[in-house]
Amino acid sequence: MADVNIIRIENLTKRFDDFTVLDNVSINVKEGENLIVFGRSGTGKSVLLKCTIGLLKPDGGNIYIKDKNILELSTKELNKVRKHTSFLFQSAALYDSMTVRENLEFPLRKGGYNLSEEEIEERVHKNLELVSLSEAIDKMPSELSGGMRKRIGLARAIITEPEIMFYDEPTTGLDPITSKEISELIINLQKQLNMTSIVVTHDLICAKIIADRAIFLKDAKVAYEGTLDELVNSKDKFLQNFFSVDLINA
Amino acid sequence: MNLPRILTKRNLTFSEFLYNFFATISGLTIFNLQFFKEVFLPPYEIPEIKKHMNELGVKTFPIVSVTGLIIGLVMAMQSLPVFMRFGATDYLPGTVALSVVRELGPVITALIFAGRVSSGIGAELGSMRVTEQIDAMEVSGINPFKYLVVTRIVATTFTLPLLTIYVIAIALFGSFFAITIEQGTNFEYYKNAVIDMLQFSDFIPGVAKTFVFGYIVGLVGAYKGYTAEGGTEGVGKASTTSVVLSSLLILLFDTILVKITLWLWPT
Repeated sequence: MADVNIIRIENLTKRFDDFTVLDNVSINVKEGENLIVFGRSGTGKSVLLKCTIGLLKPDGGNIYIKDKNILELSTKELNKVRKHTSFLFQSAALYDSMTVRENLEFPLRKGGYNLSEEEIEERVHKNLELVSLSEAIDKMPSELSGGMRKRIGLARAIITEPEIMFYDEPTTGLDPITSKEISELIINLQKQLNMTSIVVTHDLICAKIIADRAIFLKDAKVAYEGTLDELVNSKDKFLQNFFSVDLINA
Repeated sequence: MNLPRILTKRNLTFSEFLYNFFATISGLTIFNLQFFKEVFLPPYEIPEIKKHMNELGVKTFPIVSVTGLIIGLVMAMQSLPVFMRFGATDYLPGTVALSVVRELGPVITALIFAGRVSSGIGAELGSMRVTEQIDAMEVSGINPFKYLVVTRIVATTFTLPLLTIYVIAIALFGSFFAITIEQGTNFEYYKNAVIDMLQFSDFIPGVAKTFVFGYIVGLVGAYKGYTAEGGTEGVGKASTTSVVLSSLLILLFDTILVKITLWLWPT
């Protein structure tokens, strides 16, 4: 892990009408680091990710990705930054009118990567092999199970070989075995591609496998920060309660 | 693109309804401007436009065929007794053709197209919005407005005029069929009667205004779908309101365009 902050979030504030979801949140993520974001439902974890990638416009603060303040960039410049990043949505967000192959090809063809047909074909097959779903290449998303959709979503997210990955609850809705498999897949990919990741999750098993560091959002702020062990073994009543409930769920 | 927020409450007060009305109008205007900003810039996504034109045309083909035939048949059958009363049956083919070419063909095709296509676009894009597929495109550095919205609006703008020409032809066949059966005349008589009555200035404005109607259908469907929120309920709402709004706008713009046509070609 390099000692360079590849993502810097400074005093991020986001409101929906009168409700403040994030209030002066500041986070730094080092190159190659896996940061886990914990928090109860509705505490702004996904909003934090969506602001960081530019899907939501914050009401205040600055967000730097690779030293570029994404809030000051034009759409064209932002898209250049986005070439270095990728996002795995909670629902996988597969394009349901396209086959698995077309889903994987789409970001390569339309994202301005200028790859030859052979290179596209090679990347599609390579990434499907990585997620162990080569046989699903010609299937439609509606023919896939929840776990398979997540894997294909992951394959699509990493096909552009991003430096930074954002995961929005990558294991939600999956059984513990599939959840563990997906988490191991994420950490293996992270090691192979040397990616930096921010992972929003409630899943302690997933966090244990992936985390280098963790933060906990509460009352629109970063309430706790440290290694996963520090958070789990904290004397704080709230954290003890959160993680004991989470352990039972896990 | 910053669009005004539409209230999604179930029971709106009158002031909230008015707010929503003006939010929709201003949202559509911004969407419209965005379209013209994007449509002339590459990439042009021609294969995607062709795909949509093919799908939209094929989807609507059966229903407009039946409708066109029935318009022609019914117009001729309903008008015949009136023309007989005034001893003006020789004018029947031309009058029916004039009604079909100038007004009924374009407007009815546009309304059917709105019902079939605008709702489809609203539902499709709405579903993509609520399942984060549009967000997925955006984070991949792809311009979803260009890929999803511009291509559909261009496709509807150019598909509707083609369908309208087809509907007019089918409707004329329908009226020929009805008049021939009822009056025992032949094709030569029908053809001469229609050609005597119709002028070039009748045909061009009738078809030309369908470019505007096609644009409205695409714009409204795409706007409602692209801005949908609130899960499956939001998708349903986007689909329904697309039809209502595009039909209303078609009728409104028809009135304006008829006035402009009569001003340009007074005869």
